[in-house]
Amino acid sequence: MVGNSGIRVVHRGGSKINFREPVITNDSRFLLCSAGECVKVFSTSTEECIHDLQGHTHLVTGVAINPSNHLQVYSSSVDGTVRLWDFTDGILIKTFVIGYPIYSLHTSAKHGGILFVVVPMAKDKRSEVFQLVAVHLPRSGEQLVEAQELSAVISNVSPNPATISFGHEGEYIASAKSFQLEVFFLKKQKSYKFFLSANNKKGVQNTFTCVSCHPKEDCIATGHEDGKIRLWRNINQKKDYTYSTVHWHHTAVGSLCFTPEGTSLLSGGLESVLVQWRYGQDSQRDFLPRLGAAITHITVSPDGSLFCTSHADNKITIIQSCINISAVIQGLVKDGVRTDLMVDPRSKALVLNGKPGHLQFYSLQRDKQLYNLDIVQQEYIHEAGLEQFEVVKAAFNIDGSWLATVEERKQKDSELEFNLKLWAYVEKTQSFVLNTTVSAPHEARITAMCFSHTANSQTTMLVTASQDRHFKVWQLAEPAHTEDEGQSWSCDFVGAYHSLVPTCCCFSADGSLLAVSFNEVVTMWSPTSWELLTTLSQPPGAIRDLCFGRLSCSKYLMGTTDMNLLCCWNLLTCSLEWSTSMDVSLLLADPVSENMAAFCYQAGGTDLFVFKPSEPRPLFSHKAVCSGNVTRAVFSPREEMLDSCKDEEQWLNRSQLYFLTQHMDLMTFITKAEEDRLMASSKQLVVDESVAITPFNLLLGKHRQQQQEKQDTLSAERIQLPQGSVAIKELLHTPAHVLPSASFLCSMFVRSLLISTTDAKEASEPEEEEMDSDKEEEDSEVEMQTSTTRQERAASSQESAAQVLTKAQERELRMVKKLDRSWLSGLLDSLP
Amino acid sequence: MGEFKVHRVRFFEYMPSAIRTIAFNSCMERLALARSDGSVEIFNFADNYFQEKVVPGQDGRAIEALCWVGKRLFGAGLNGDITEYDLENLRPKYTIEAYGGPIWTMSSNSQGTLLAIGCEDGTVKLFEIMEDTIQFQRNLDRQKGRIISLFWHPSGTLIAAGMIDMIKVFDAQSGHSTHRILVNRCVGASKRKEVVVWSVIFLSDYTIISGDSAGNVQVWDGHMGTLVRTHSITKWDVLTLSVSKDESSVVAGTSEGTVVQFQFIPSTMDQQDKEWVRTKTLKNHTHDIRALAQTETAVVSGGMDTQLVVRPLMEKVERNTQEASLRKISFPHRSLVSCAKKAGMLLFQFPDHLELWRLGESDGHGKSGDTLPVKKKPEKLVHLKRKGVDHICCSALSSCGGWLAYSSVSRLQVYRLQYNNNNVTITKVAKLPKILQSAHQLCFSPDSTKLFATSSQSSVIVVSLSQSECKYVDTLKAKSGARQPIHLMFASEDGKWLATANTGCEIHVYNLHKLKLHCKVPIYSSCPTAMAISPSTSNLVMVHADQQIFEFSLATKEYTEWSRKLQKRGLHHLWTERDTPVTHVTFNSKNPAHIILHDTYMFCIIDQSLPLPDQQTLLYNQMSLRSLPERERIRRSHAFKICKTYQHLMCVNLLEDHSLVVVERPILEITSQLPPPVWQKKFST
Repeated sequence: MVGNSGIRVVHRGGSKINFREPVITNDSRFLLCSAGECVKVFSTSTEECIHDLQGHTHLVTGVAINPSNHLQVYSSSVDGTVRLWDFTDGILIKTFVIGYPIYSLHTSAKHGGILFVVVPMAKDKRSEVFQLVAVHLPRSGEQLVEAQELSAVISNVSPNPATISFGHEGEYIASAKSFQLEVFFLKKQKSYKFFLSANNKKGVQNTFTCVSCHPKEDCIATGHEDGKIRLWRNINQKKDYTYSTVHWHHTAVGSLCFTPEGTSLLSGGLESVLVQWRYGQDSQRDFLPRLGAAITHITVSPDGSLFCTSHADNKITIIQSCINISAVIQGLVKDGVRTDLMVDPRSKALVLNGKPGHLQFYSLQRDKQLYNLDIVQQEYIHEAGLEQFEVVKAAFNIDGSWLATVEERKQKDSELEFNLKLWAYVEKTQSFVLNTTVSAPHEARITAMCFSHTANSQTTMLVTASQDRHFKVWQLAEPAHTEDEGQSWSCDFVGAYHSLVPTCCCFSADGSLLAVSFNEVVTMWSPTSWELLTTLSQPPGAIRDLCFGRLSCSKYLMGTTDMNLLCCWNLLTCSLEWSTSMDVSLLLADPVSENMAAFCYQAGGTDLFVFKPSEPRPLFSHKAVCSGNVTRAVFSPREEMLDSCKDEEQWLNRSQLYFLTQHMDLMTFITKAEEDRLMASSKQLVVDESVAITPFNLLLGKHRQQQQEKQDTLSAERIQLPQGSVAIKELLHTPAHVLPSASFLCSMFVRSLLISTTDAKEASEPEEEEMDSDKEEEDSEVEMQTSTTRQERAASSQESAAQVLTKAQERELRMVKKLDRSWLSGLLDSLP
Repeated sequence: MGEFKVHRVRFFEYMPSAIRTIAFNSCMERLALARSDGSVEIFNFADNYFQEKVVPGQDGRAIEALCWVGKRLFGAGLNGDITEYDLENLRPKYTIEAYGGPIWTMSSNSQGTLLAIGCEDGTVKLFEIMEDTIQFQRNLDRQKGRIISLFWHPSGTLIAAGMIDMIKVFDAQSGHSTHRILVNRCVGASKRKEVVVWSVIFLSDYTIISGDSAGNVQVWDGHMGTLVRTHSITKWDVLTLSVSKDESSVVAGTSEGTVVQFQFIPSTMDQQDKEWVRTKTLKNHTHDIRALAQTETAVVSGGMDTQLVVRPLMEKVERNTQEASLRKISFPHRSLVSCAKKAGMLLFQFPDHLELWRLGESDGHGKSGDTLPVKKKPEKLVHLKRKGVDHICCSALSSCGGWLAYSSVSRLQVYRLQYNNNNVTITKVAKLPKILQSAHQLCFSPDSTKLFATSSQSSVIVVSLSQSECKYVDTLKAKSGARQPIHLMFASEDGKWLATANTGCEIHVYNLHKLKLHCKVPIYSSCPTAMAISPSTSNLVMVHADQQIFEFSLATKEYTEWSRKLQKRGLHHLWTERDTPVTHVTFNSKNPAHIILHDTYMFCIIDQSLPLPDQQTLLYNQMSLRSLPERERIRRSHAFKICKTYQHLMCVNLLEDHSLVVVERPILEITSQLPPPVWQKKFST
């Protein structure tokens, strides 16, 4: 076995950004959200990720702005730490070690220095009982602090942060779990519990799903499983509490949030409609429909100008002034993935199921969704339990000019509707356009689909294998009638073998052979004549996967069987070259090298083997890549090749292997060298703190490097503004009653002003003149004066301080004169 | 529990009329309810919501308002009269014409000295309440347009009146209006439609709350006449409002059948200023809610769908008690069916007619649970329309089917029925004794020789019947001076005993041979709802409104051993939690240990020979017993054998030939006859 010291399995992009509710900073410019093991800082205006706050070693479970410093943010994680970050610079300030896995984090403005976290009751991590604990943060200058002062607040809470909310003025905490709402008053240390009936008669489901407290009044809004929203009042009464009910949602309320003024309540759920209830006028509500997917979290910026909704499809929508969707931050959609992972040969983007009925193109390099391609082209109805068309299979041809998709809808066991669609890439619009739709291409479900590997689009073939015991070959054909617009795909050949069900199909690298597996038999066909060349059926067991070797290994055909065998046939001899016993769940060929990857499921975990078909020894193996079975993986060709010479790292030189774990985490393999390089590059990225960085900005930044440098020097020597001078400061900061008379101060003030400007002028360069002239908007006379001084200065570069002083005095005199005169003239006018 | 041939009768087309108004008297804990046919019912909320008294209605009398003043009940209606009801004799005491056209509303001041009515001609009239009558005092300033609603300020100085498009506030002393508050019309297209202020409330802090036809509940400042808050609660009308006694809660009833509660609560805990906040929405009705009241613990509502709903407020009651359960009262707590046991005939009582039916026959035999083929269909023999304007209040059929009697408040009629083959001849008994004016209860002796009619002050008039004439025999009178009306009467099979029960919970037993009082049953706090004397043992079995069962031996004048055992053991909690009273008790002559009784939702055979159930045993065990082997079945069975196969029972009786008559009135048939409710958009339609 080859050691795997240098290669690690890491999360690489596509993390869940909708896991916990996002936070908007006080100035509404940034949005922070937990994303896997890091916290991401997004710009609310450009949707761009500005920082990755990396440091946690496990899932981040909560993000909250530091109530005492709005430029800092706390984040909590299952790794048992709370970290304090400066999010504008992306710097870790402090780490507080709590010692228990933290499931959610809450802060309150009234409780500085205290964090409220939800931790398991018992030290046992798997325990299902949680409690809310107040953590008193120790005041210490050290980087790593152990917070030991913990005090339990509410026991038996839900780990879902939406079920805990702080009341107005931080006086109480409302926590809901199943059928119980508990309100804990922090001052009195007293709690009130309110119960709802547990029986589900007439479609009533009273389970609490979320809680939000009114910011100004003592009113708690709770959302319920059946879509009702209850507004609880009189919560400090054991019996006399009361609630009103409003009902719009038809399924569970996903999230509730009051606006900071408390004038309206926002709610959302599966309907993917943001509902705005006017507080106090229950019948009045506004809707923002068609948000794309079920709403999981709602947040409002502290000034109430931005709403922000997280959606089930890993998306965050930013809504401006209640109605405008101003930005959409889209992560990798990982729910309902039914297609294989693919890489678009053109954009090198990862392609898989996106929004319902769509394919998403996700750039792994930039960790950003590029676009969604609407395959089904039907309105998606947001209702639970409704069967709708889903994309189940997709394939690209070798140069990415054709895309084949299969969509299906299953309503009952008997009737399965499915369509085969072929999409042509159009250079002009840079997108795929529907070319052919074949409704019901087979009589039963399609089991496999692949394109031939020839680059010539005229001879491109598509093979579909189906449970109806046939496989069909589709080819691009000229239209039968001249009035038809262009070429379209039609069926060229229908193949069958002993009325067995074909399971896999695969073209050889040069496109001269097609292998189709029928149960235990692999049949080889010639694409030119469509004759059956040979059959391979040596090892027992049904074929699960088929894969031709590439480049130097193209004479080999690899297959896996459900009898836990990995077989390699030599196509020249038509015999089994070698076979080894392993339970391969996924066999994958690297398109740019002869390497192959096999994921083996063993004892609850998955192992990876990378090998060449020519030799049965693996190049690389990695035990326990992840827990659970891996069924989706893809080799993504690299843009820049690595040049690692180590044996076990060579297979990563030309492409990168991504896979989806059972929990839908996108993972990849990374070498040590690459990791170091990435770390270095992330450190280089220094961003001007006043500007939200965008790619556009970076692009322009390079071109304007020179200018930038110049400006930097300028800004360093930028003239001191009057407020900055010592005299002014003194004047402004001394209390008014100890100040000398204004007439005395006046001259001093004016003098200080003048001296400072001339000082600044002295130091600055001549080109700066125009700029400064804008700043100084004093008397034109003064301005003239300065320009004369400057001219003088241009002649003799250095001037003595004494001379400047006299100049100033002169000017002062002149001003005095001027003042006097005006006063005199006024007097004179009044005399006659 | 024994097998019976069952006559399942579904041809009694009983139809209650819509509830028009209710008034709750918190001192007496009585609720007065007026229906659209003019009848008034009194419910005792202290005694398990038992319908104590019914004042029968009258043609042409539509009661719009009811008002308690102390223990006196006043009603006023669209015929323009004010009526005071005589609750001891269950009839209107007197009627005074108000001379203002139809009366829409009536309200008494909190001192109980003045009665204000709102009339069609725009006047608010004040009546002074005297010792035994009322007297017109004066008119307030006359307005244009009718006065729809009235409410006295608790101080008794101001009256708020709801009109069309406006609310007026009157000074009760001067009679002048102090404020004229215009109410917003509906928004949108219906702006030209006038808005009716259906209901108005004047609180002691000078807040006026109004409910109008635009669907709004509006809170007004009564000092300034300004709008404080508008709650739009329905697209239709807000028909009625009711305020709790402590003025912390207001409920509003709408045309959609919802009740919306508003509560006066502080917005934050530390502040004192409170505001009216909409809280609960209760939906227990399908049609318009016309009447609402708030008791200490519950909201009582009634409307077009004829049901009275008592919805407890959970914060006011202990959970999991009987008080905390919702109640729907849809059927009368008295029997409207008389059964001729020997002749196999049924008499159905309607407000304006009587129907006499002969039961069908079948000669088939079948297993338990089979439906037998009908040989002879049930037949309607007589449809007897009443005379006069007053509604029928009671009726009786002799067990031989030869005599029929009914009574209204003004007259009592006795008829002789004769059958020859298929012909029925009905002849009115012409000469009745003068004393037989009207009765609250009528009853024939089992041998059809005597008619018993109850009269005022718990007296019973005995009349002997013979082919030719009707002769007054005697008046049986309890010496106690009871004033309450008799609501139950039972004559024993052997003709020796007559038992009467009045709403004062007194039960008297008379010896008919001696024509004098035999004994008085010790008074129990709850009103009896059904009683009967066993033909074999002469024990009186009584069932009370709180579901307690007593057996009283007439021979020894004491409670029987079984009754004492039952009281000691206590009744099963599921038995006491049933929410409809037992309305009829009868005995099985084949098995003297069996007592057959029924309420609306079940009938029960109590086998006195079997052990009594304790709290842990399964009360409703008939279904589970059926699957058990014989020996186990005997071991598990207990005295209460309950059958829920038949629902909404109006009557269960055992005929002479041991077939059971079950008169059902499915509630669905009642609701299907109601007018359609207001149109509402339903989700996903």
